[in-house]
Amino acid sequence: MNTLNRENREADRGQAEQFITPQASVTEIADGYMLEIEMPGVKKEGLDISVENNELTIIGRRSLPAVEGMLVHRESRPENFRRAFELDPSIDGDKISAKIDQALVTLTLPKAEHVRPRKVTVS
Amino acid sequence: MNLIRYQAPDSAPWSTLDRWSSLRDELNSFFDMPFWSGFGRAGQLFTEWSPALDLYESGDHFVAVVELPGMRKEDIDISLHDGTLTISGERKRESTNGETAQRSERYVGTFRRSIALPTRVDASKVTATYQEGILKVTLPKAEEAKPKQIQVN
Repeated sequence: MNTLNRENREADRGQAEQFITPQASVTEIADGYMLEIEMPGVKKEGLDISVENNELTIIGRRSLPAVEGMLVHRESRPENFRRAFELDPSIDGDKISAKIDQALVTLTLPKAEHVRPRKVTVS
Repeated sequence: MNLIRYQAPDSAPWSTLDRWSSLRDELNSFFDMPFWSGFGRAGQLFTEWSPALDLYESGDHFVAVVELPGMRKEDIDISLHDGTLTISGERKRESTNGETAQRSERYVGTFRRSIALPTRVDASKVTATYQEGILKVTLPKAEEAKPKQIQVN
């Protein structure tokens, strides 16, 4: 799959909301691709996945736990997540499915029927 | 194929410019080369998994918040020794039967984070929750470390 990075392009143009790029893995599976994206602090309700012009965009808005006390040491970043991928033409955009478990977003991107390998029997 | 990502837990500065973004990809692919994996532990120097840790302090407790997306509760270990909190764990590589990794940025393997707490805590009252990929460890301060109001008679 052509997973061209188009991260935060709009953010560069002075868009109000700033995003950070989550870590992702792309794996080719039997009938398509599997995309895994890490979005700590994101619940199902905070996910926004869209396909437009062959570009898949995943936005994750965090609902971070309220913590009592003063922050004395910080390594995390408060921004929400955004990542975009250019879809391979073989992917059937209508059949993309997603699930989220402990902030790991897993997308299944099946290949369209007509591009799947087919066995032709010789009669 | 075994793609290994070099250590870049905070990729945001690279992503703000597409130019840098492609440079980062080039760097990544450089470290993905077999040359590096041949170095064994030397290669791991660049792949260390170091999840982000935040520490909060209030009058009577500390709270450590660690970003650990996609873990299983059972694979996270929390220990307290001599005033140092250690959080460690392992993410196992899922079976790769007939699968080809095309891009691999997610860390697989073990991590270990330690933080020295500024004051003593009551080890018997430490609690932890794991939700939305975020581990939250609450450590109540030991009685003698809590701020005390002293009355003047």
